[in-house]
Amino acid sequence: MSTPFLSLRDLKVHFSTEDGVVKAVDGLSFDLEKGKTLGIVGESGSGKSVTNMAILGLHDPRNTTMDGEILLDGKELIHASESELEKLRGNKMSMIFQDALASLSPYHTIGAQIAETYRKHTGVSKKEARARAIEMLRRVGIPQPDIRVDDYPHQFSGGMRQRAMIAMALVCDPELLIADEPTTALDVTVQAQIMDLLKDLQQEFGTAIIFITHDLGVIADIADDVLVMYGGRCVERGTKKQVLSAPDHPYTLGLLNSMPSLDGAVDVPLSPIPGSPPSLLNPPSGCRFHPRCGFTEKVTGGLCSTERPALEVAEGRGSACHLTADQKRDLFADFAATRHN
Amino acid sequence: MLRFLIRRTLGAAVILLIISALVFVLFYAAPRDPARIACGKVCTPETLALVKKNLGIDHSLPVQYWDWLKGLFVGRDYTSFGHCDAPCLGYSFQNREPVLATIEDRFPTTLSLALGSSVVFLIFGVGTGMLAAVKQGKALDKIASSASLIASSMQIFVIGVLATYLFVDQLHLLDRANYTPFTEDPGKWFTGLLVPWLVLSLIFTANYTRMTRSQMVESLSEDFVRTARAKGLSRRTVFFRFAWRGAMGPIITIFGLDLGQLLGGAIITEYTFSLQGIGALSVKAVSTNDLPVLLGVVLVAAAAIVIFNIIVDAVYALVDPRVRLA
Repeated sequence: MSTPFLSLRDLKVHFSTEDGVVKAVDGLSFDLEKGKTLGIVGESGSGKSVTNMAILGLHDPRNTTMDGEILLDGKELIHASESELEKLRGNKMSMIFQDALASLSPYHTIGAQIAETYRKHTGVSKKEARARAIEMLRRVGIPQPDIRVDDYPHQFSGGMRQRAMIAMALVCDPELLIADEPTTALDVTVQAQIMDLLKDLQQEFGTAIIFITHDLGVIADIADDVLVMYGGRCVERGTKKQVLSAPDHPYTLGLLNSMPSLDGAVDVPLSPIPGSPPSLLNPPSGCRFHPRCGFTEKVTGGLCSTERPALEVAEGRGSACHLTADQKRDLFADFAATRHN
Repeated sequence: MLRFLIRRTLGAAVILLIISALVFVLFYAAPRDPARIACGKVCTPETLALVKKNLGIDHSLPVQYWDWLKGLFVGRDYTSFGHCDAPCLGYSFQNREPVLATIEDRFPTTLSLALGSSVVFLIFGVGTGMLAAVKQGKALDKIASSASLIASSMQIFVIGVLATYLFVDQLHLLDRANYTPFTEDPGKWFTGLLVPWLVLSLIFTANYTRMTRSQMVESLSEDFVRTARAKGLSRRTVFFRFAWRGAMGPIITIFGLDLGQLLGGAIITEYTFSLQGIGALSVKAVSTNDLPVLLGVVLVAAAAIVIFNIIVDAVYALVDPRVRLA
């Protein structure tokens, strides 16, 4: 097997705060091939965004400790210098942020912001960069791009701003695109358009995409593989089909059960996961999900609260849970019954 | 833009009108009669009436105000002083000098003081604030923050005297404060005003340091600054072209108001260094019940603030494209 395009090995991102060390990401590994999309799912504070900011090296080194390995096309990023990272950011790897209005500079025109990235990485003339910006705006479906290029972000609609954001992220044909909840702030129709746009662009350029979301519906639409994060760790991973239709971890099951299904009975109440996300300053012992898990008493010897379950992965499929495969088959059977009849 | 300017200029005129009327009313609410004072110890009712007529205050309040207003636009005739060309601010009750000439005489001192200290506190205040923001949490930041806290709790009349004693009398490093017109001798103008500039700007420097630091820290945590970094732009570009751009607006606003206020006279500084500016003039006008002078300086001070408010709004629109002038 060839070396993957992006590879994370035991990534740890810890922030030192006044109250102590926040273990935002605590031992995360995954691989991503070119042309594939990895969906990362999890609640707020599960470490999704922190992971991706770490890939780009955007954390403030003054209070962040990073450990492990991030390999992009064979190049190690954790110990890379700031100037090396600057050359990669926006060029080989780029990022789309959630709130396009806040993430675009209100003081510069859309065109200037796109052209700036292109000029920084290619060194072309202002005129060429502007032409490129117009071309990018056209490609992401902005009408009259040669006029709108001189608009400021506040003159764009929400969907158009996100398109402009995508144009900016893609202006240097990056090989890795990280989309951090790019559709969360948009209404459903615009969301669908943006997803289609990303899929088209991926087909055209073979970009590897990491798609961060808490919306399982979006995952079902765009991802090839899915990684479920909880409390800074990966609790389950597999193909989209495996994770969404045959979850192997109580947390994933909980996520799926808390989502209404279109074809299910209307009167079946949703069952949210009790409790709230764990504190990463002082995370629960053993399995970080155990205080909220409904199955802990099934595990003998109280292992859930004492021992961290290992994430055993075979052919990209695995989960970190003390329940045995047989137990899960029985306990999760209800899910299959309600979902797919 | 033109509509904005017209609208705001009209607004400014109304404000100045109201302010001048207020000063008029307040002045006559004071228990002292300027004619009585000007008349002297031996004062018969006849002389008093004559003095009143000479000072142009022998009519009712509204008529007097109307005369004063008319003088501003068409000039005015006085029995004792003769004709006064528009814009006529009248004659001082005290020394019978034309007010406009007095203000024209005093204003360059105040202007020099205001502009010079602005340059000093903008360079040092904004500069230190930006440095502190870059070195957030480090020693330099802590030193700058504590120093600015101490400096902003200082009083000009204390530091002014101390600075003169130390740098002028003892160390002979700087010249004693005095005003030489720039047109006469730029070198003397500079050295003579250096101590007042430094002293006046100290408190401002402290405030601008703190303000710039907090604005920059806030701006640096904005999403669009993170985006700029994610685009691969260098720290320097991100800092100046993005974060500073975001921090600039509030600083410009405050600076416009501060400069407007300084142009109305830095009373304490002028007194401390015996500089004859608008500030010293206004104190004297108040203490001697000199209505025409008082009206003149109040008008100058108010006009400075109102004008700089308009300028601030126009500049703000240039800095932030989201702001529309209307």
